[in-house]
Amino acid sequence: MACNCIEPQGPPDDLLMKYQYISDFFIALAYFSIPLELIYFVKKSAVFPYRWVLVQFGAFIVLCGATHLINLWTFTPHTRTVASVMTTAKVLTALVSCVTALMLVHIIPDLLSVKTRELFLKNKAAELDREMGLIRTQEETGRHVRMLTHEIRSTLDRHTILRTTLVELGRTLSLEECALWMPTRTGLELQLSYTLRQQNPVVYTVPIHHPVINQVFSTNHAINISPNCPVARLRPAGKYLPGEVVAVRVPLLHLSNFHINDWPELSTKRYALMVLMLPSDSARQWHIHELELVEAVADQVAVALSHAAILEESMRARNLLMEQNVALDLARREAETAIHARNDFLAVMNHEMRTPMHAIIALSSLLQETELTPEQRLMVETILKSSNLLATLINDVLDLSRLEDGSLQLDLGTFNLYAVFKEVLKLIKPIASVKKLHVSLSLAPDLPEYAIGDEKRLMQTILNVVGNAVKFSKEGSIAITAFVAKPETLRDSRAPEFLPVPSDNHFYLRVQVKDSGCGVSPQDIPNLFTKFAQNQSTATRNSGGSGLGLAICKRFVSLMEGHIWIESEGLGKGCTAIFIVKLGIPERMNEYKLPCMLKMPINHGHTAFPGLKVLVMDENGVSRTVTKELLMHLGCDVTTVGSSDECLRSVSHKHKVVFMDICVPGTDSHRITDRIHEKFAKCNERPLIVALTGNTDKLTKENCMRIGMDGLILKPVSLDKMRSVLSDLLEHRVLFEGI
Amino acid sequence: MDLAQLQRQLVDYKTSLYHEDFLDEQFTQLQELQDENNPDFVVEVVSLFFEDSDRLLNELTKALEQQSVDFKSVDAHVHQLKGSSSSIGAQRVQKVCIAFRNYCEEQNVEGCLKCLQQVRHEYSLVKTKLEFMFQLQQQILSAGGSIPM
Repeated sequence: MACNCIEPQGPPDDLLMKYQYISDFFIALAYFSIPLELIYFVKKSAVFPYRWVLVQFGAFIVLCGATHLINLWTFTPHTRTVASVMTTAKVLTALVSCVTALMLVHIIPDLLSVKTRELFLKNKAAELDREMGLIRTQEETGRHVRMLTHEIRSTLDRHTILRTTLVELGRTLSLEECALWMPTRTGLELQLSYTLRQQNPVVYTVPIHHPVINQVFSTNHAINISPNCPVARLRPAGKYLPGEVVAVRVPLLHLSNFHINDWPELSTKRYALMVLMLPSDSARQWHIHELELVEAVADQVAVALSHAAILEESMRARNLLMEQNVALDLARREAETAIHARNDFLAVMNHEMRTPMHAIIALSSLLQETELTPEQRLMVETILKSSNLLATLINDVLDLSRLEDGSLQLDLGTFNLYAVFKEVLKLIKPIASVKKLHVSLSLAPDLPEYAIGDEKRLMQTILNVVGNAVKFSKEGSIAITAFVAKPETLRDSRAPEFLPVPSDNHFYLRVQVKDSGCGVSPQDIPNLFTKFAQNQSTATRNSGGSGLGLAICKRFVSLMEGHIWIESEGLGKGCTAIFIVKLGIPERMNEYKLPCMLKMPINHGHTAFPGLKVLVMDENGVSRTVTKELLMHLGCDVTTVGSSDECLRSVSHKHKVVFMDICVPGTDSHRITDRIHEKFAKCNERPLIVALTGNTDKLTKENCMRIGMDGLILKPVSLDKMRSVLSDLLEHRVLFEGI
Repeated sequence: MDLAQLQRQLVDYKTSLYHEDFLDEQFTQLQELQDENNPDFVVEVVSLFFEDSDRLLNELTKALEQQSVDFKSVDAHVHQLKGSSSSIGAQRVQKVCIAFRNYCEEQNVEGCLKCLQQVRHEYSLVKTKLEFMFQLQQQILSAGGSIPM
């Protein structure tokens, strides 16, 4: 039955069939080749996680293709086999497509997310790239800063430092211009000190209190400033827009004064200003890392500059010191020359003064030997004693110069203290009686009779003080008192620096000389002990004197660890001179030794050392004969030799003393001393070795001590001297005469 | 001349010698050493001095006449002379010797020759004076007096 609603099955259209045929064929072809392509490309790429899907997809496509292929045979009437094959293919295709469709539901989100992940990774990679770029730039900057610092620090010259900074900054950052503004001396302006490109022909200043400058100074960061700011107008105005400008402060540290030193320090911190300008025709901008670099450099520059300034300062100080040293050295040498000249002068004057003294002494001694009445004898003795004292004084003028050099030493010895005072009294009485002055002496009963000290100088001091008392008194009396100073009285308020320490072996002798003379006004008292300073009152102008006396006394007293001062209530009220000196207390001596210690009267033929065997070595015949006679006179048994070899041959243990003349060149005193020491090393009765020399210098004395000699005697030797020296020597077994 | 006059003359003469620096206290010391045990000590020593000095002066003259002067040996001789003269108390001679030594140190031949001349001069002076003094002493002694010290 035919139905009108449906199109009747027409006869198969041949054209349509042909096209269908062809299309099916191509579809099948494509369907077969797509999986092949897929497989090929997947095989090419290593990473593809969805092979299973691909297989499925491939299967689906293949089956679809197969279906379409088989379809080719179904256009024409076909057998049942073909139909069943077709049906199988279709069923399979349906199966696979459904499975694939189901699979895709799961897979497609995954595939989509792969894409997202890929995008994410790409972004991350871009970011990392940027960061890498940044780090590299920073490293670059750091390198630049290090290099700059190295350049800056490699010199201590401030100009070089600043120059280098600008040059290197200019190079590193490719700057158009770079400038340094320094604060001026007054601190109120900034002066253009260094630029990179220009050569600074004009001094160009800018007041410091500009808001922009203040802003820059207030922070340690580099700040962008307007190119129109006064500090930034470094280039002549061009047609191009000026590039960006940055300014940074450079702290000038405390010690760095770029100008002269006598500039007072400012309490506020001072800064210099560094201005950097980018090239004007580029569109460059200041990057953070560049600003950081600039800040770092500014700090380094500050440090380097202060180092340079310190160095300059210390160089200047050193030069000053060197100059001062040279000047001081010169002054010292001049002073030494002056001292030497003075000493030479004194020595010569000394000699000139001694010659007439000798005449006086010689003649007085001769006079003493003649027939004299007792009064005459007394007078002559006084003359002798006075002239001896004068001779001593002359020596002491030379001593004073040695005192000042500090080279004087006291001649310590035991002496009779009472005798000293009596002697002074005897000497002063004639002059006092002429002036009708009454002189009284009172010695405390507890004053020891004998003391250890420098008798000669003590007497000189007492005599000087008493002499002054007599000199400055026209009438009245002089009272001399001497007693042992008690510890309580020793601490006198008038002499606060004087703190004596009493001990068992010493006592302090206090001597007071009170006179009723013209006195001293209180303001003159400090000058009394100054050398050559004289009291200018009319009374004293007639008295003469050189003004040295008290100065010398003061020095002697100091040497004796004492103190001397003068008290006076004023002009016309007299004055009291007081001094305290430290003297030793001699130990209990037996009567036998005592006479040897005291001054013995000249006694010809007195044998002090009967039979003392001595050896005299002197190459000079005359001098040898004299020394021999001298010693023989003292009772010694003298053997003489004329050379060092003879001396060594003749010396024996029987000789108690060997006298060697060592001012003769060629005498090997060292060798002989050594040999003698060797020869008598075993037995303890070695003869004492004493050098006789005319050399008064310390070096000779020290040499003798050093090579092992027991004593040194200065020529010329008088009989008395030899006697006392020998006795000292034999007792102490050592004697080095003070030089 | 009588004894007293002679003695006075001697004293004056001696004083003048001291005063003019021909002698110094060392000579006095020598005189002190003379006593009964050794009555001719001073004369002996002085004669010794004369002998020694004559010899030394000859040596010096010879040494300074050489083409190349040996200053070391000249110095040694002068040193000896200085020593002897100081032991005697011949002060002037001693002084010239000191100056002489300085010239020797400086190796100044001119100066040395000048000093040599001076030394000779001083030495002959002091020799004459001492000899005269001894003559006076001898006269006093032979007149039976004692020598005033």
